[in-house]
Amino acid sequence: MDFFDRFAVPHPSFAIYASMAAIGLTIIAVIAGLTYFKKWGYLWREWLTTVDHKRIGIMYLLSALLMLFRGGVDAIMMRAQLAVPDNTLLDAQHYNEIFTTHGIVMILFMAMPFIMFFMNFVVPLQIGARDVAFPRLNALSFWLFFMGAMLFNISFVVGGSPDAGWTSYFPLAGTEFSASVGNNYYMIAIQIAGIGTLMTGINFITTILKMRAPGMTLMKMPMFTWSALIANVIIVFAFPVLAVLLAMGTLDRQFGTNFFAMDNGGMDMLWANIFWVWGHPEVYILILPAFGIYSEVISTFARRNLYGYTSMVGSMVIISLLSFLVWAHHFFTMGQGAFTNSIFSITTMAIAVPTGVKIFNWLLTLRKGKIVFTTPMLYSMLFIPLFTLGGVTGVMLAMSAADYQYHNTMFLVAHFHNVIIPGVVYAMLAGLHYYWPKMFGFMLNERIGKWTAWLLSIGFVLAFMPMYISGLDGQARRMYTYSESAGFGPMNMVSFVGAAIMAIGFVLIVYNIYYSTRYESRDISNDPWDARTLEWATHTPVPEYNFAILPDVRTNEAYWDAKKNGHVLFKGEFEKIHMPNNSGIPFIMSCIFFVWGFSFIFSLWIPVILTTIGIFACMALRSFEQDHGRYISVKEIEETETNLRGA
Amino acid sequence: MSQLFPMKQVLGFVFSILLTIIALAVYFLDMSFAVGMTILLVTAFIQAGLQLVVFMHAGETKDKGAIYTNVFYGLIIALVTVFGTLLAMVWDM
Ligand code: HEM
Ligand SMILES: [Cu+2]
Repeated sequence: MDFFDRFAVPHPSFAIYASMAAIGLTIIAVIAGLTYFKKWGYLWREWLTTVDHKRIGIMYLLSALLMLFRGGVDAIMMRAQLAVPDNTLLDAQHYNEIFTTHGIVMILFMAMPFIMFFMNFVVPLQIGARDVAFPRLNALSFWLFFMGAMLFNISFVVGGSPDAGWTSYFPLAGTEFSASVGNNYYMIAIQIAGIGTLMTGINFITTILKMRAPGMTLMKMPMFTWSALIANVIIVFAFPVLAVLLAMGTLDRQFGTNFFAMDNGGMDMLWANIFWVWGHPEVYILILPAFGIYSEVISTFARRNLYGYTSMVGSMVIISLLSFLVWAHHFFTMGQGAFTNSIFSITTMAIAVPTGVKIFNWLLTLRKGKIVFTTPMLYSMLFIPLFTLGGVTGVMLAMSAADYQYHNTMFLVAHFHNVIIPGVVYAMLAGLHYYWPKMFGFMLNERIGKWTAWLLSIGFVLAFMPMYISGLDGQARRMYTYSESAGFGPMNMVSFVGAAIMAIGFVLIVYNIYYSTRYESRDISNDPWDARTLEWATHTPVPEYNFAILPDVRTNEAYWDAKKNGHVLFKGEFEKIHMPNNSGIPFIMSCIFFVWGFSFIFSLWIPVILTTIGIFACMALRSFEQDHGRYISVKEIEETETNLRGA
Repeated sequence: MSQLFPMKQVLGFVFSILLTIIALAVYFLDMSFAVGMTILLVTAFIQAGLQLVVFMHAGETKDKGAIYTNVFYGLIIALVTVFGTLLAMVWDM
């Protein structure tokens, strides 16, 4: 029995048993449904083994939306617990687990796959390529991310969730204070997902540097592609740090080393230090592609070219460098001297300058533009003022002396939600509305979309502005309750109402997808928004080879040139097209990784050894495999093209 | 003949062995911590550069600009991280 004890949840409650039952039933329902409708073959052929960047992108999107709801439920539970003083809805342990998983799920398993979705779906189309540089590696990236995310998510029904915060600071996260397997999940699940992300970084840098359409020099790339390039450069330099950090954490927790111990020569604060060496660049990995999406949306719907292209690019390059020079601003209060703090204060404030340049460029794009208020544009217009507010509070936090007052209070919580929600989440939603027709051949309903944007914004302001005030009044973050005499009650009640309104907003997004699937017109053109870049130059739905003839590019708005200035995009005859073959190895290998991770978390060494051999076997198989891809013949291309043109 | 015999690689190999021996000597010879560390750091960086240029063929293709920019960028970030960490964790504690 001892053996099975470790899989039990240390702090069970009705909610956890209910979720176990729900998860079990869902899995049974999915399996039964797939069997009943005979979809296993379809699933395997078209999705599990696909190497097509568009399909991989869509799978990223589905995972991100799923995780958005998982993280959203966590959020609502936290706000409900804090809504009134001395609440007993959640106990301290559950609250700890929930804010921990909320943070990780939202950043690593919601926001990251959401930007991966955009990069996968948009970048190859925008640069006029037929796929990414390493399509099979791309599939492996996705499946590793997916298995990491799933592994993390089972923690709350098997063995218990991590509970030391998404930052997982040692010594709290060490075995001395967190004995349960929860924090092993943190180390291993994020490690697996992180390896996938690192591969994506390498893949997309190569794709963007090597596979652009003829004539597209670096300075003629659309702005989203630029932002993706820079974000991937940051990924390649930041994620190895995370990998090493997690490995050190694993060694400390499971193999008795003392990297982060308080004695035996360990350095307990080294975790915080290395964590933020990765962590700060990570927030810029999220925000830069978001900036890229806003740039596309704003120039499309202001009906003019982006103002200050060169300075947009320049500011992103500077941000990418600066983002590695500021990490200590997350622990100004840790005890280092004023000299160190001053250095990091200054570098942090400096980062606001290139960010400001971008804001002004968007504003100047709007000036003299003919603005069309579509849903994506509405999100972008809400983004500019709300995000600026978050940036300003960031500069407040950057003043190290003042940060002694703000640090680890609700003020900080308000700051980062203020940059992440209007900054990253709105960009994701704007992009979702914007690219939806390209993916699925119909638009999302505009009326519901605008309602959603307004509801989210009203909810956002109500939920997070009071936190600035209660934070300055001294309400600490990550406290599961407070007494009535603290006086935080009313403000937290307002926050709860705001959070509930946001929840309605997110439900409306799902309703919109349902509604539009049923009722929106399928009769739309390839370019429903009258856009400017290459992804709109191909058919909807996009054929698997993207472009029958690779486009010829002269400026950074090649498609606009073709529409307005008589530029000829597609010159020449059809030729046969070389495409990669599908492969089951990435999926199988990632499944083995899942078992590997699970066994590792529970220190089951024999399965760990067996699965390690399995992983290497998959890699060996790939090395010795002869797979030169396949050709699509000119006849097939002609057929596809006539069909799509006719439709 | 010069095409058949990979002079550059063989010399590189000899040189990299030499660097390893020098680094190893730090362990066997009696010297101060500072001197030992300096030798290790210097040989490590030369070794890394050598591997990159000679055996990983950086600089042999036309995208050598991109490759060297990346290496340079990585170097800056690594140095900043190491010295920033030393500053925050050790020197200014
Ligand atoms: C003008 C630019 C910005 C400045 C000056 C800035 C400054 C800061 C500072 C000084 C802190 C630490 C405060 C403390 O712990 O007491 C902080 C925390 C944070 N910031 Fe920002 N920030 C900026 C933009 C952003 C952006 C764009 C994002 C994300 C997209 C972001 C996400 C975060 C997160 C997640 C945390 C807190 C993490 C935690 O402790 O759990 N910030 N910011
Ligand atoms: Cu930061």
